[in-house]
Amino acid sequence: MASWKPYDEMKVMGQRQPRLDGPEKVTGRARYTYDQRPPGMLYGVLLTSPHAAARVVAIDADRARALPGVRAVLTDIHPTGNVRFAGEYVAAVAAVNKQVALDAVALIEVNWQTRAHVVTLWEAIDEDAPRVFADKDNVTESERGDGDVDAGFSQAETIVEAEFFTQVQTHSPLETHGSVAAWDGDELTVWDSTQAVHGVREGLAKALEMPANKVRVICHHMGGGFGAKLGPGAYSVIAAKLARQAGAPVQLMLSRKDQHLSVGNRPDSWQQLKLGATKDGQFTAFECTTWGSGGIGGRGGVSQPYVYSFPAWKQQHHDVATNTGGARAFRAPGRPQACFAMEQIIDEMAWKLGLDPLDVRLRNDGNETRHEQWRIGAERIDWPRWRRREPGAGAGPIKRGVGMGASIWFTGGRGTKAQMDILSDGTVEVRCGTQDLGTGTRTLVAAVAAEELGLPIAAINARIGDSDFPYSGGSGGSTTAPSVAPAIKNTAEKAKAELAIVVARHLGVAADTLSFVDGTVRVASGQTLSWREACAMLGANAVSVQGEWQEGLSGSNVAGCQFAEVEVDTETGRISVIKVVAVADCGLIVDRLTTESQVNGAVIQGISYALLEERIMDSETGRMVNADFENYKVLGALETPEIDVILYDQPERGVIGIGEPPTIPTSAAVANAVYHAIGVRLRDLPMTPDKVLRALEGA
Amino acid sequence: MNEHKNDNEEAQSAVSRRGFLKGIGGGFIGSAAVGTGLLGEQAAAAVTGPPTMSGPQRITLHINGTQRQLDVEPRTTLLEALRDRLQLTGSKEVCDRGQCGACTVLIDGVAVLACMTLAADVGQREVTTVEGLAPEGQMNDLQQAFVAQDALMCGFCTPGFVMAGEALLRTNPTPTAGEIRMGVSGNVCRCGTYPKVFEAIEVTAKKRRS
Ligand code: FES
Ligand code: FES
Repeated sequence: MASWKPYDEMKVMGQRQPRLDGPEKVTGRARYTYDQRPPGMLYGVLLTSPHAAARVVAIDADRARALPGVRAVLTDIHPTGNVRFAGEYVAAVAAVNKQVALDAVALIEVNWQTRAHVVTLWEAIDEDAPRVFADKDNVTESERGDGDVDAGFSQAETIVEAEFFTQVQTHSPLETHGSVAAWDGDELTVWDSTQAVHGVREGLAKALEMPANKVRVICHHMGGGFGAKLGPGAYSVIAAKLARQAGAPVQLMLSRKDQHLSVGNRPDSWQQLKLGATKDGQFTAFECTTWGSGGIGGRGGVSQPYVYSFPAWKQQHHDVATNTGGARAFRAPGRPQACFAMEQIIDEMAWKLGLDPLDVRLRNDGNETRHEQWRIGAERIDWPRWRRREPGAGAGPIKRGVGMGASIWFTGGRGTKAQMDILSDGTVEVRCGTQDLGTGTRTLVAAVAAEELGLPIAAINARIGDSDFPYSGGSGGSTTAPSVAPAIKNTAEKAKAELAIVVARHLGVAADTLSFVDGTVRVASGQTLSWREACAMLGANAVSVQGEWQEGLSGSNVAGCQFAEVEVDTETGRISVIKVVAVADCGLIVDRLTTESQVNGAVIQGISYALLEERIMDSETGRMVNADFENYKVLGALETPEIDVILYDQPERGVIGIGEPPTIPTSAAVANAVYHAIGVRLRDLPMTPDKVLRALEGA
Repeated sequence: MNEHKNDNEEAQSAVSRRGFLKGIGGGFIGSAAVGTGLLGEQAAAAVTGPPTMSGPQRITLHINGTQRQLDVEPRTTLLEALRDRLQLTGSKEVCDRGQCGACTVLIDGVAVLACMTLAADVGQREVTTVEGLAPEGQMNDLQQAFVAQDALMCGFCTPGFVMAGEALLRTNPTPTAGEIRMGVSGNVCRCGTYPKVFEAIEVTAKKRRS
């Protein structure tokens, strides 16, 4: 099995390395898909359905086609003509500029035959609700479990039952989904804002019925994805078709509204939980009935029982279809919902039993890593002081409290290939068909290569984000770092070995007497060459090798815990998060600086989920009423708390992914802190001031 | 420029739908309104009806120390002019309606949302974009601090944050922590870079003072 060199011998990995594409990004030179401007490029705009359930009877686009400046019009882009949510794509236009394209879209007349729709979970589970799919119930039931739940509850000395609700959250990456498509004869190049260049290539080839080796997908920079950009998009196919019809490149980026409606979300949930425990806080059984609506995707999974060990448990789950955009993987799918409910019922149990909520967790947490993390986090937030404060005990209208939550995420690596060239002038290029979502993957690639070759990171030209480069999978499930880092190491190792053979031959020594350190090549006998001198020996025969992912360099099962301190204004209902302590399991850290940023970002998204974000559907019209950034609120600078990021190093576990885990427990920790502050529990996300005031009134 | 000029001649008859749409309170209703009766007809009427202002106008923009002539329609925003006509794609369009700050530029040193500004209204005033802070790619001190502190992740919001930070430091060289937050409170970052953005601005303020 492959292994990393000892952590304390590492010179590049594990350091605080500013990201390599930083200078391009801060100066505006980085070209995202949105910024591509191939010569003659046209602007595409979609016509989307205003109806949540309808059939397209006819589309008349004659006036649009006649508008000067319009170069392509597609009226056959909907696969069936049977629309199931407001926001589905039904026609598209490409024109010389965006304004003309918008004008043209407004001239398209659609004859609709509308049907009854259902856009909320509550309505959809009603027996008489309109069906989203004619041939299928809106609700699909499933059951999972382990052990004898009835026996477990009969052993319980205390039982707590509670109900929780979480909202639909949209991914809201700042760069919307979109593509620029350009044909050169029968070859297609697509710049795509994607989490999977290879996946998009395969998907496009299939959809366009063309060979995959004639499709190239490029994503040098992309403005966030969070799970929503893992698959090939219908908009990419439409862009390619518009470009073919127009005979010119076409850019088709979704509008902010399209983004909220049509390219995924985190499903909502309704969770009825029942927890049994002995009087010293040992869990005996857990049971829950859950619902989640994934729109037309149907799936609304809630990953119960989350994190803790239960001798017996049962989950009865209901996936609910609605006439809304389908759910997509969103930063730890199914986990934040489950964590929010589970951590609160555990808290409730602890306070009810008169026990320390932390002690109850430790007693039922089977994860050894997290035991240590709980200890670290508790110390940082000064839990021993806070635990003495009774919930709601603070004097005055503004009250403070502390709460906690835990997480686990599987992550782990998988097949990735890479290629490395070492040229005779000493330059190094490494190519890998992965992509950088803003997570720092480009920097990671260079850091791993530099470490292996004994070079500074600036010496490596890391090229990623192109399906012409060796295969790497989609960036999802926090698998990118553990997939890519081992492949780069293996590739660099092989390249180094080839270089060593050439240098050894020149020097008349054995290759295994050479070592590559600090930009030099050292011979055991004492001679030292600079890296450049060594590479010059390659002459016309550059090193060019391929390597791939190896077992033993990456890890999985990422544990973490968080503590949040909040302040609640009981007069206005406003919750302010003051501080979050995030203890994150990091395995072997490749770049400490970008890892910190990942944790910050995950916590911030978690607070945003806890306090602000919510897709609001209007039952009457079947439309989302807040499909913008004014009424769909994303956490801003003023609401950002102090975040104490604790990277819990475990280099012996290899490289792991950190993108998802730290967003899971934040909303739960905040909710428990709110309870600790005001003595009243909020069971419904987002925890907006109106809900706080209502809860206080009911108390 | 030539290629764009032709584009505009062709587009002339399309008149100012944007003005119309902005007038009824939304820049982006096309998709929802089509074929739904009243709004669809109104939108159509706006295209064929009497224009309030129409046709391209020749304007000169003073951008990043240079003068750029271009023909714009009255409805063309400064953001479109920068991104689609002048290839200055550093300023981003994220919401297209003043809700995110990604399109922030400086006009005479003051932070302005380019998506909410009509190109034809800019006049003689000096526009500075994120590219203009780094002539020949040389980052200014604030941009360097953004990189050093890792105040960017996907980077899509970053030009807007850099410009908001720059505007803040020009008007208030000694901002408090609260003033820094306030200074970038009109900017949205989905990746969650705020803590490091605060650090980058603070570090730069200190440096500029010394
Ligand atoms: S694009 Fe101008 S404020 Fe959002
Ligand atoms: S860095 Fe991605 S939105 Fe701010």
